[in-house]
Amino acid sequence: MPRGPRQLDGHRVADALDQALPGIVMLGTDEWVEVEPGRLGEALRWLHGSAEFDAAQLSNMCGVDLHDHFTLVYHLQSLDQNHQIVVKAQIWDHETPSLPSAYPVYRGALLQEREVYDLMGINFEGHPDMRRLFLWDGFPGHPLRKDFMGIGDGLTSGLRRFPFEDNANPDRLINRDNVTTPSESQDAPRNWTGGAPA
Amino acid sequence: MTTASEPYVLNIGPQHPSTHGVFRIRVVMDGEQIQDLDMIVGYLHRSMEKLAEERTYTQNIPFTDRADYLAAMSGNLGLCLAVERLANVEVPERASYLRVIFAELQRIASHAMANGTLVSDAGAWQTPLLYMFREREKILDLFEMTCGARLTTNYMRIGGVAFEPPPEFWPALRELVDELPQRIDEYAQMVQENEIFIARTRNVGIISPEDAINGSLVGPALRGSGVPWDLRKAEPYCVYDRMDFEVPVGTVGDVYDRYMVRLEETRQSTRIIRQAMDAIPDGPHKTDIPLALRPDPGEVYARVEGPRGEAGYYLVSDGSPAPYRFHMRAPSLINLSLLREMARGAALSDAVVTLGSLDIVVGEIDR
Repeated sequence: MPRGPRQLDGHRVADALDQALPGIVMLGTDEWVEVEPGRLGEALRWLHGSAEFDAAQLSNMCGVDLHDHFTLVYHLQSLDQNHQIVVKAQIWDHETPSLPSAYPVYRGALLQEREVYDLMGINFEGHPDMRRLFLWDGFPGHPLRKDFMGIGDGLTSGLRRFPFEDNANPDRLINRDNVTTPSESQDAPRNWTGGAPA
Repeated sequence: MTTASEPYVLNIGPQHPSTHGVFRIRVVMDGEQIQDLDMIVGYLHRSMEKLAEERTYTQNIPFTDRADYLAAMSGNLGLCLAVERLANVEVPERASYLRVIFAELQRIASHAMANGTLVSDAGAWQTPLLYMFREREKILDLFEMTCGARLTTNYMRIGGVAFEPPPEFWPALRELVDELPQRIDEYAQMVQENEIFIARTRNVGIISPEDAINGSLVGPALRGSGVPWDLRKAEPYCVYDRMDFEVPVGTVGDVYDRYMVRLEETRQSTRIIRQAMDAIPDGPHKTDIPLALRPDPGEVYARVEGPRGEAGYYLVSDGSPAPYRFHMRAPSLINLSLLREMARGAALSDAVVTLGSLDIVVGEIDR
């Protein structure tokens, strides 16, 4: 996959990061640098302060659920030097995933981390206000996880369309035998605690 | 005589004209001063990112209309650019020019709405808003004659745009572009020298450049603080590198600067549209792509400068026709990162104007 037009070579970032903070880099590729999850805050702080990389702004962050682990992707950018750095961290604890917060370095992480916590269930240590953002307290599960549709009391998607000309990858087609009918899912009690959000 | 005061909680919204949508704030007040603020969002959450994982890339384009519903064209464009880079799709030149024209028309329409509602918040009840809607209306007419929709346009396609504009589009656009500079001057005269407006907006809601960068602010909110950052210049997409335009920035970083940045940007957008109209080449308006486009496994983060700033799309492909992960970077949400800090110690009426100057669209916050 080609890099973005202003994206730095991940190898270059990885080399510099490894030299400054030995052992922190897990992997450097053409596109991104992957750091040790426990030391993510350290890596971000170094990139933020470094004169060479000058990662002044956290432009975007999001999580990806890869079934047995999560990958957190941080897009940092320098406004002075006009380049973009992609930092990743993998979390292998799928039940209670946790990661250091980027908030002490980037205040722009405040709402983005709450969004990731809400929709993907990743806890950010050191975040001042770790609450759900969109959904209400007591909502069952975290919807952007890939196993969300399978959890008990989970919600069915209500969408059973998929391009039927696509037979190349039958695993992705929804198995219609196991889909609960709408009436069943409506009758089942939902286990949230309060009616309205606080 | 002294009177005791004690803090109380005031609830604003979700249905309130100055929150610009279903956006709710709980403020802890001491007299008229805000002590603390808590924003509650999610009333418009439609789980777009989850739904997108079961649809093809083309089927996902309508979601981008409904995320930032005041800037549907920019949202369309961001997603299409992301998928095109992911799947290596070439875009015909005419399509790139059409995209620029529509994205800039959308910027004018969106800024007219933003500035109109801001002036409304500052006390000029509805009159300037309706003046600004006059040109927005004409822009929406142009959208309607091209793609049949006014707000949820769903016009851009992967590899181009959906339709060629009809023949009557071009004279109407020419007429609009010719009268726009005069109309924009009219708005400027009407509002920016108004004493009440100046009193309500100057030195209110100041964001320093350092805070703006650290707080991930983008778009007019960042440029209002004096940071000359515009993706159309920094990372030119489509044919913006061939266009001659300027990036207005503020000096103080207050509400007034953000208002003026938006106003000036509409002038610059008019310039861009005129250049694009004159330079647009003939040719096809789209390339044909497979109905179920299967990009190679990989990931991409593409971004455009929407009216509210960097609208980014992070897509992960696993080689199937639907994205494995579909993430929208919502500038409206992320621009609110500093809201709590900014509101503390401010008067409630100032906080309302500050919120208006950040120009949030709740559809994009909640997605």
